This record gives sequence, structure tokens and C-alpha cells, in this order.
Amino acid sequence: MRPQTIAEKILSVHAGCPVYAGELCIVPVDGAMATDTTAPLAIRAFDEMGGEKLANPEKFHLIIDHAAPAPNERIANLHQLMRKFATEQNCSLFDIGSGICHQVMVDHNTVKPGDIFMGADSHTPTYGALNAFACGVGSTDLAAVMLTGKIWLKVPQSIQVILHGQRLQPGVSAKDIALEVVKQLTISGATYQSVEYHGSLLHQLSLSDRMVLCNMVAEMGAKTGIVSPEGLQLPYSYNPVFADKRANYTRVVEINTESLHPKIAIPHSPDDVHDVSSYVGTPITYGFIGTCTNGRLNDLHAAAEILKGKQIAKGVRLVIAPASRKVLLDAIKDGTLQILMEAGASIINSGCGPCVGTHDGVPGDGEIVISAANRNFQGRMGNPRSKIYLASPATVAISVLNGFISIPKEMQHYG
Amino acid sequence: MAKAHVYQDNIDTDRIIPGKYTKTLDLSLLAAHVMEDLDPEFSKRFVSGDIIVAGDNFGCGSSREQAPLALKTAGVSLVIARFFARIFFRNAINIGLPVLEIPNHTIQPGDEIEFDLASGKVVNLTQKIDYQANQLPPVMLTIMQEGGLVPYLKKYKDFILS
Ligand code: SF4
Repeated sequence: MRPQTIAEKILSVHAGCPVYAGELCIVPVDGAMATDTTAPLAIRAFDEMGGEKLANPEKFHLIIDHAAPAPNERIANLHQLMRKFATEQNCSLFDIGSGICHQVMVDHNTVKPGDIFMGADSHTPTYGALNAFACGVGSTDLAAVMLTGKIWLKVPQSIQVILHGQRLQPGVSAKDIALEVVKQLTISGATYQSVEYHGSLLHQLSLSDRMVLCNMVAEMGAKTGIVSPEGLQLPYSYNPVFADKRANYTRVVEINTESLHPKIAIPHSPDDVHDVSSYVGTPITYGFIGTCTNGRLNDLHAAAEILKGKQIAKGVRLVIAPASRKVLLDAIKDGTLQILMEAGASIINSGCGPCVGTHDGVPGDGEIVISAANRNFQGRMGNPRSKIYLASPATVAISVLNGFISIPKEMQHYG
Repeated sequence: MAKAHVYQDNIDTDRIIPGKYTKTLDLSLLAAHVMEDLDPEFSKRFVSGDIIVAGDNFGCGSSREQAPLALKTAGVSLVIARFFARIFFRNAINIGLPVLEIPNHTIQPGDEIEFDLASGKVVNLTQKIDYQANQLPPVMLTIMQEGGLVPYLKKYKDFILS
């Protein structure tokens, strides 16, 4: 058999025969989910397809996270539709406050190494952190998965990203690596492909760090992102999927992570990435920490480490949306939340928060936001006349403390 | 014959339909706001049946199917790009919005275009140039010919690759 990438291996096992980049296959899906942005259309398409019963109700999940709690009656009614569908179909529903779909799926162990997962959200590749093949799809593709339990896919080519090094500089995190990769590959550089992460640094990376890396493959147009399982610690035993030596990659990107500095994506594109040092002093009035990229406990720790015993700058707001109820509870228990609130942060419900501009903190005209999210397209946070810079939670925290973009240089690596 | 409205590279779905409008099943609401952050004059200039032409990576970003739905409901008869972001491309075909990938197109704003979806042949009447679109995998071609994934699955009940 010809050597295979991780994506080719996972798809081959599911297709029942060896498949390689460029071939089409039909594969059974191990798990699927939709959110309040995508589920209503998926449910409608499922009905229109003549769907009566979900092919696999135990493998299908609905999450109310993008505009939750409902900011208006129109969205409230869409939430009602999802609740009704979940009751009728006997599938799981994670209601408001459960958290962001991707964090909820990982917190609840719904995805395992070697799985194929289809999510009606573009950041579904996040689960590649778990050595799974996870892919974002639209509502109608998802409706077909709901109906048939399967999907048709073109086996993607793969790009190999090798992270060299043993440890990151103080103040540098997985987010800075992710931004560097987006910069090198560009916003369309991984279109239709799988971004496979390898290298010695993997042994130092937590599950949360790996999620950051895979999360932002969406910003390069990738079909999926998968981290090689070296150093992956999970609370259950699993069969890791490694790439074969001499597997075929369209491109190899090598990054010396030890010399990496904190990075920032400037408005209005996530691939317009620079060293934070080039933008030090840019005034900001709004900081946001949260999202499926950087709303986890270690992210809140990174912010708390910087903000402990201090006050954010006058005229600046800091909004924090913990990625899930579990993250929120953990941050309450270990005192992180108190530190952040005492520093002046507004804590909002676990969910997408202001990331997608629906509610919970839309910026005003002319405002400059520094955000730990993954996208800074014009209008992303609900106002096309604001500007969004993307950086790590540590960079956001130090910037809201000073009132201008700053470098988190004193910090220890918090992975 | 249809008029071309031309946009640059990397048009993301947030600019096709902002996230704040996506949470609805009322498609006319989507169409009312389509492209508004990118091109505030869009709804005034666009006539149903016109086509949208873009450079690289049209539809990048969010997986929202509301983006192709908004375009289709607004009356867009075809989107041509050098290449598309993958989720947008699948979504468009799944909901029955015709899309063609033409890596070497030279279409300019206002050009008059004629097209044949089945063959992928596109004629630029203004510049008197023909283009040939990239071929779709057979499964996608059938889904497009059936008018989308809903009618396709109603008819075939399952996916057929060839
Ligand atoms: S947090 Fe933002 S990027 Fe992540 S799923 Fe929610 S809206 Fe999408």
C-alpha cells in the first residue's frame, strides 16, 4: 500500500478501502452537530428531503450558542424550533449557557481519535486536536448526514506543518503559532486541503493548545486540520492515527517555534499578521477574550496572571465569554473569575458572545477592538465601522491594562 | 444574457451576509441585506438575473448557508470565481445556486455574459471571449442538475458517486 497521510488513513478506514488524495468517497459519519445559526436551515432541509427519523440520533447534537440567550423574538423562536426537534428526535440538545459548540463537543467526549465528524460550523476542524478528521459543512450537507448517516467527500491533499523546538518564549502561546501559520499559508493557501501538524513541540502542547492550531485552519480555507497524536493525553485509551513515513504532502512549512514572537492580525483579514511589536501603542477601547479559539481555562489563566491585582485602563472595556459551562465553573472554583472581575472585566454567558456580531458587545463606530477570536473580517462583530485586531489572550490582557496594544513579555508559557 | 457585477479576491461570507442577519428562516430578510457591508449600493444596481463575478477564494470564512441563499433569493443567476472557498462551493450547489470556477476569466464590471451550466461554457459578449469552467465531480454535477441536494436526495435516496 502507498504511504498515507492521517486524513487518507482515517478516510480509508471509514470507506472500507484505501483512498488517496483526489479520490471521491462516501463515508459513514461518527458524529455531527449544528448550532442556532445552522440548525434551523438544516432541520428545514431535513424535512424537505422527506426525513422522518435521524439516521443516528445518538450521534447528532444541537447546540444553542451563537445568539444565546436569545436577543430577540425571532431568534427565540429558532431556539424553540431546535428544542422541539431535539425532543421529537431524541437527540442531545445543549441549551443556552452550555457553551460554544466546539468546546461542548470536546468537554463531553463526543469526538475521539480516528473519528469522522461533520459540524455545521466552519471551525469544526478544531477537533483535529483529538487526531480526528473533522470538517465544517453547510446546513444542507448536514441535513443529508442527519438523513443518511453518511457524507460524500473528496479525499484532501495535505500540507505538513512541522513545529520545531522544545519550548516557546515567555508570553508566546499556541495562538501566536496559529497566526504565524495563517500568515505563511494565507487566507486561501490551504483551500480544499488538510493541514497536518507535526514536530517536536507537540510533546509540550496541551489539548487546548492543539485546539487553537486546528481551529484556525479554517482561516486558511482548509477542509480539516489534524494534529499528529504524539504527546496527546486523553482520559481514555485510544488508537492513535499516525501518518506514514514518506506520505505525500503538497507543501511542507517548518516553523522554529523557539524564536517566535507574539503575533497580531490587523484589520480586516486574519492572514494580515505581524509581530505585535510593530503595533505597540495603537490605542484600543475594547478587549474581548473568549471564542472557540481562546476561551478556555488556560486562556483565562493567562489573562488573570497579567491582570491580577490591577485595573484595566480607564475608558477601556474587557468582555470575557468562557468557552463552556465547564470552563466557567472551573474558573469560578479556582478564583480566576474573581481576579478578572476585580480587574474590571465583564463576564458574559458561556457561548460565542460578541464573536459573530449578534449580541453581547457590538463595538461602536470607529472603535478599535483587540480580540482573542479567529476572524476580523469587516463587520464581523456587528459593526462594519469598527476595526478588529486578533491576538493571544495574554496580548489582549496586557493591552486592555495599558489602553493600547502591548507585548506580554514577562509571562511564562501557560500551555 | 446577464450583466456582471465584479468583486475582488477573498470576499468572506460575513460581507456577503453579516452574522447579525443570519438567524432567520425568512429568506427575503437575507436578500434585503446581501452584500451591504461590501457594496452599500448593491441592492440599487443589481437586477434579478444578473451575475456575480469574483477573483480568488469567493465565500471564505463562515459555513453559513445563508450566504448563497441570500444571493440566490436576491436573484443572482450565477456566481463565477477564479476559485471558491470549499464550504461556500458545496453550499451553493446544495441549495441550487449555480457556480462556475473559471481560473482565467477576464470579466470586467458591466460585461454582458451568456452561459451554459451543463457544458460550463461561458461567453463574454462584451469582450468577445469564451471561457471554459472547471469540470465538477460527477456527483456534484448531478446535484446541480437536480437543482440542489434536497431534490437530489428525494430522487436518489442516497449518494451515488459516478
Ligand atoms: S466562537 Fe466565534 S468562531 Fe467560534 S463557533 Fe462561535 S461564532 Fe464561530
